[in-house]
Amino acid sequence: MTTTLTSTNASVACDHCGLPVPESLFEEQAESQFCCGGCRVAYDTIRDCGLDAYYTHRDRFAEDRQSSRGEGKRYAAYDSEAFQQKHTEPAGDGLRAIDFRLEGVHCAACVWLVERLGRVAPGVIDSRLTLGTGRARVVWDAEQTPLSEIAASLDRLGYKPHPARDADTQQRRNQADRKRLILMAIAGALAGNNMLIAVALYAGFFEGIESAYAQLFRWMSMAIGLLSLCWPGMTFFRGAWAAVRTRTANLDLPIALALGAGGIAGIVNVLLDRGEIYFDSLSTLVFLLLVGRLIQAKQQRWVEEAVGSMLAITPDACRVVRDGIVAEESVDALQPGDVVEVRPGELLPVDGQIIRGESAIDQSLLTGESLPTPAGPGKAVFAGTLNVASTIRARVDQVGAQTRVGKLTRLVEEGIASKPPIVQFADRVGGWFVAVVLTLALANFVWWSLTVGSAAAVDATVALLIVACPCALGLATPLTMAVAIGYGSKRGMLIKSAAVLEKIAGVNPDEPGRLLLDKTGTLTTGDLRVEAWSGDDRLKRWVAAIETESRHPIACALIQALGPADPRDCDQIDSRTEHHGFGVTGRTPIGELLVGSVRYAERNACRTPQDIARTIALGRDRGYSVVVAALDKQVLAVAWLRDELHAETSDRLEQLRRRGWRCEILSGDEPGAVRRTASLLGMAEQHAYGGVSPEEKLACVNEHVRRSDRSVVMMVGDGVNDAAALAAADIGVAVHGGAEASLAAADVYLAGDGVTELTALVALARQTMRVVRRNLAISLAYNIVAVCLAAAGLITPLVAAVLMPISSASVLGSAIAFGKGEE
Amino acid sequence: MSVLFVMVPVALTLAALAVTGFIWASRDGQFDDVETPAHRMLFDDDPSGSAEPRR
Repeated sequence: MTTTLTSTNASVACDHCGLPVPESLFEEQAESQFCCGGCRVAYDTIRDCGLDAYYTHRDRFAEDRQSSRGEGKRYAAYDSEAFQQKHTEPAGDGLRAIDFRLEGVHCAACVWLVERLGRVAPGVIDSRLTLGTGRARVVWDAEQTPLSEIAASLDRLGYKPHPARDADTQQRRNQADRKRLILMAIAGALAGNNMLIAVALYAGFFEGIESAYAQLFRWMSMAIGLLSLCWPGMTFFRGAWAAVRTRTANLDLPIALALGAGGIAGIVNVLLDRGEIYFDSLSTLVFLLLVGRLIQAKQQRWVEEAVGSMLAITPDACRVVRDGIVAEESVDALQPGDVVEVRPGELLPVDGQIIRGESAIDQSLLTGESLPTPAGPGKAVFAGTLNVASTIRARVDQVGAQTRVGKLTRLVEEGIASKPPIVQFADRVGGWFVAVVLTLALANFVWWSLTVGSAAAVDATVALLIVACPCALGLATPLTMAVAIGYGSKRGMLIKSAAVLEKIAGVNPDEPGRLLLDKTGTLTTGDLRVEAWSGDDRLKRWVAAIETESRHPIACALIQALGPADPRDCDQIDSRTEHHGFGVTGRTPIGELLVGSVRYAERNACRTPQDIARTIALGRDRGYSVVVAALDKQVLAVAWLRDELHAETSDRLEQLRRRGWRCEILSGDEPGAVRRTASLLGMAEQHAYGGVSPEEKLACVNEHVRRSDRSVVMMVGDGVNDAAALAAADIGVAVHGGAEASLAAADVYLAGDGVTELTALVALARQTMRVVRRNLAISLAYNIVAVCLAAAGLITPLVAAVLMPISSASVLGSAIAFGKGEE
Repeated sequence: MSVLFVMVPVALTLAALAVTGFIWASRDGQFDDVETPAHRMLFDDDPSGSAEPRR
């Protein structure tokens, strides 16, 4: 029912979201136009509840337009005991609270709307939305309104709700963040006050100061300084002690050295009332370093949240059949032996066995096979796979952690836990920095003792230890990494830990790395395309007509290649029967038509002429999926289909090869198809492995990682079948469309299609290391100047207090000028 | 200038009070989300006697 548009304007804007309304949904007589059903519902709900001001706010605040994400579900499963137990908590006075993750939150107007949820769903006492993460906390009166109604209201407004499953992790992370913030604030307050006191002492240095006041200020400075070292500053001492104990190096070592030397010398000088004190510089040092670490932690936290909110949401609700009645229930309440009903287009919630219905199951998320496999009664099915064709009923065998997916997730977690921590470049620098500084200090002490005297020697050496400042050193790397991660995220690369950038940058043609790629979804789009059609052209329109109703990917590919079918042709087809996963038959005006796999044609006693048989064999040889069309039991046409490569994949892989990455394909898909993809990309056939199970992928990665002459291993994948391997690899990269498990297991998430972003990631890694080295060079230059001045006896507290901020500022400036470096 | 012997400790005490307040607010979770309150500030209050739903 397409309506021809007679108006001349190019597009009409949806009254709710502002996006253009597709032609087929434009209604000439209607008062308001909408781009989709969800927007229409949202608009009506908003107006009915008197919340029209939303549109004013939206026009003021929203930078981009997004349409409603509501689905119109009823959310009955949310009222079940199991769901409430797991996801809600009591909030006093008979109220309950729940944390939701909402889809579609994008501007301040959404905050306004969601926080007025009480007007849409009475019984909501409080609702608060956090804009950055899309998390909403709703407190409601359980007596008055069921949770399902609240969820449905949110859905109607256009924000599809999901229970936030990581409430505990969230709690822990929040507490860690708060602690960091508090320590930084204390350090800041102490540093500020100490600087004020220092001003008085500097003034005294130039203009003269009465000894009573000098004493006052010195004692106060010491008190504040010691507090700063013992409270916020304890982090560095603990870190340095850990490094000493495990005989590794980290950046806390030089910092602890400076703080310790300055602190002790300062105490001695105050007690003996002689010499200089440097507590103001020490307090500021502690404060600035804590700021650097806070920035780094916030970046990392932000990335974790962003990845978390993208998780392909596993189903919370499912349909359970009890005594013949189908009811919606929470997935958490399922027990082995229950019967679930799964409609086409839905994910299977559990492992089980089909007891009723014939369908085709898309297992690509789990095994990597790109074509749906036919499944009928008795066949085992797995959680996380997609039911493509028709409704099935299955008896539950395993739930939750016992499913195949659950077991793979456990493998992933174990893989992550056993990964050794990466010793970063900056930490190694810290190690020999300490050695060099101690040597210089010793030399300096000896020289001064011999030439002037031990008192002056102590002063000069202490000054040297303090200004040979790891301040810039300690800031250089966290700041650069934070900027790099921010830079990457703007370009669609979410990097969980900056250490991976260092690993990636370490790969060059002299030190090659190994790049393991998944095929379906990573190198290829996962959609089938018809590459070639050979045979009777008469059949084309009838093949299109007969495949119109099917949801199978092969059908979609055929329709795309042969053109949309004329509805009149479809009407002329009689007794159409689909055998899910095999093919379809029907009676057409020109004869009995069969379209399907070669095996299907053989099973239905179709004869294949010689030349057609040759074409079939040729296609199979080359790794295509072959589909035949037979008329009246005679095969007359052959179509070759393949999984289409993402654009530019070949170029990108070539670029990566030039940078020193050796590429291999590890895929769960059929070996023929994998070989074909490899040859298209210019890879040798022995580097393409097909039919690899998830467990085998993990074994392969482990084998590479545990070799003695190992190179850096980077694994790129998207499905659950890649997750364990991603966790075990040195660098795990999950690409767009990835399953929840692969996102959690990976170190990097690329939002672009396929491997297009991979070259950008490698470029970013090299640029980051370049900037890190630049920053370290700057801080080193500063240190050389400072050490020379200290050795010459020119460092007074004033000079120290001036030099330190200069070095920090220069490093900061260099880190911010991240993007200005050339490729 | 001997008032300094009183003023400096007093000033430091005031600073300590401010930090205590900050710690209390932080533990209470007030600094967990600093982005959304900035937007919330710009919303108008709903008029008292909330609007009738339009039909």
